[in-house]
Amino acid sequence: MSTTSTIKLKVEFSGGLELLFSNQRSHRIEIPAVVPSDNSTIIDATSKAGDKTKSADVTYLMYHLRDHLLKERVELFMEAGTVRPGILVLINDTDWELEGEGEYVLKDGDEIVFISTLHGG
Amino acid sequence: MPPRTCGLCNNARAMLKRPKTGQQICRDCFFYVFETEVHNTITEAKLFKPGDKVAIGASGGKDSTVLAHVMKALNERYQYGLDLFLLSIDEGITGYRDDSLETVKRNQQQYDMPLKILSYDELYGWTMDAIVEQVGKKNNCTFCGVFRRQALDRGAASLGVDHIVTGHNADDIAETVLMNIMRGDIARLGRCTLICTEGEDTIKRSKPFKYAYEKEIVMYAYFKKLDYFSTECIYSPDAYRGHARVFLKDLEAARPSAIIDIIHSGEAFEVSEEVKATQKVQQTCKRCGYMSSNDLCKACTLLEGLERGVANSAITDRARKKLDAEGPAPENLRTIPFYHAPSATPNIAIAINTP
Ligand SMILES: [Zn+2]
Ligand SMILES: [Zn+2]
Repeated sequence: MSTTSTIKLKVEFSGGLELLFSNQRSHRIEIPAVVPSDNSTIIDATSKAGDKTKSADVTYLMYHLRDHLLKERVELFMEAGTVRPGILVLINDTDWELEGEGEYVLKDGDEIVFISTLHGG
Repeated sequence: MPPRTCGLCNNARAMLKRPKTGQQICRDCFFYVFETEVHNTITEAKLFKPGDKVAIGASGGKDSTVLAHVMKALNERYQYGLDLFLLSIDEGITGYRDDSLETVKRNQQQYDMPLKILSYDELYGWTMDAIVEQVGKKNNCTFCGVFRRQALDRGAASLGVDHIVTGHNADDIAETVLMNIMRGDIARLGRCTLICTEGEDTIKRSKPFKYAYEKEIVMYAYFKKLDYFSTECIYSPDAYRGHARVFLKDLEAARPSAIIDIIHSGEAFEVSEEVKATQKVQQTCKRCGYMSSNDLCKACTLLEGLERGVANSAITDRARKKLDAEGPAPENLRTIPFYHAPSATPNIAIAINTP
């Protein structure tokens, strides 16, 4: 298992969602290419070679953002293992509903955008 | 997953799944169908006639920004012959409205439309900041809603426009249907799905985005890189509406057609004559001339409460009785300038910021 290989991503928040992420719209992050199947983002000494893994996908990315980047009010970003209803996700400018949603396997250089539709018109 | 091809042009790569139909379409086809559907909504409801002066209620938020963009495009493409204006209300909320007004001012340049900004401060002598300082954060939305409605009409009258269009979208209307059901407000339920409301002496108001999904409005703004402002009002905790909104988004996630289905349900309610009869006859406010169903309009009642330091008087009947018991309003009470219905207003030159 090549635990050392990572992928670089550009993540953007808008529509008011950036307020939960230190009021910063654009973030460049690096995540492992292979991650625990249970989306645990804490790498600790207890993880063993036998633990189930998967290629990093958008669902894992959301957990990663929640655990490492989110500054406040988790419930405004995630709900029941996915984004809160009313948040749009784009993968390389395409509606994530066309890309397999959370199961989309991330590639190096992907751009993921989260837009809240819940803020005033 | 291999890239999918657009279901409309069968050529370009699909970039969006339409919530209404499930159709997968490319960016250009999306712009085309979105704009065409708004055009169809406008023509089917016969909203405008050539020469109409139309004010776009502009908050700087996504809906009104996209509305301004689309209205300008359709007016040119289909030669509606409309004179378009931007009308903004400055509620006087530091750090919220002052920032969003900057967005509106940029929109004025980008869309080359005259802009009129009317503030609560100049109209009522009170900013929302000052109101919240007196009434707290519990009932402030009541003040803001009543004051905004009247300010929009007054701003429109001063521009001499025939018609105000607002950015209310399908999600907003479905949410209002739910709210009215939950409050048992059957009279409003009958009215809230109307695309256009028009009284005898009120300025026509309509919602060209009545059937436009919020998701598509946001995607449109994103793909077109439109400049909009998106921060929640700092005084906005209208908890009841918040619950309705979350509930609706949950429904939509499970079944996207829920939005349109709820609007159709709202439309299907027939308001009985009995309910209609209990709606009060409209008259004009004795103090300011604005339409009202009582001697005093809601804004004058609220303003009197603020001026006399008993702001919650208009919120509850009990407090209102107490206020009445204290005697009539003092002579020197601040009041709202007298309102002249647009039909009575000569089309005189008005001070607006032209781009
Ligand atoms: Zn196409
Ligand atoms: Zn009045």
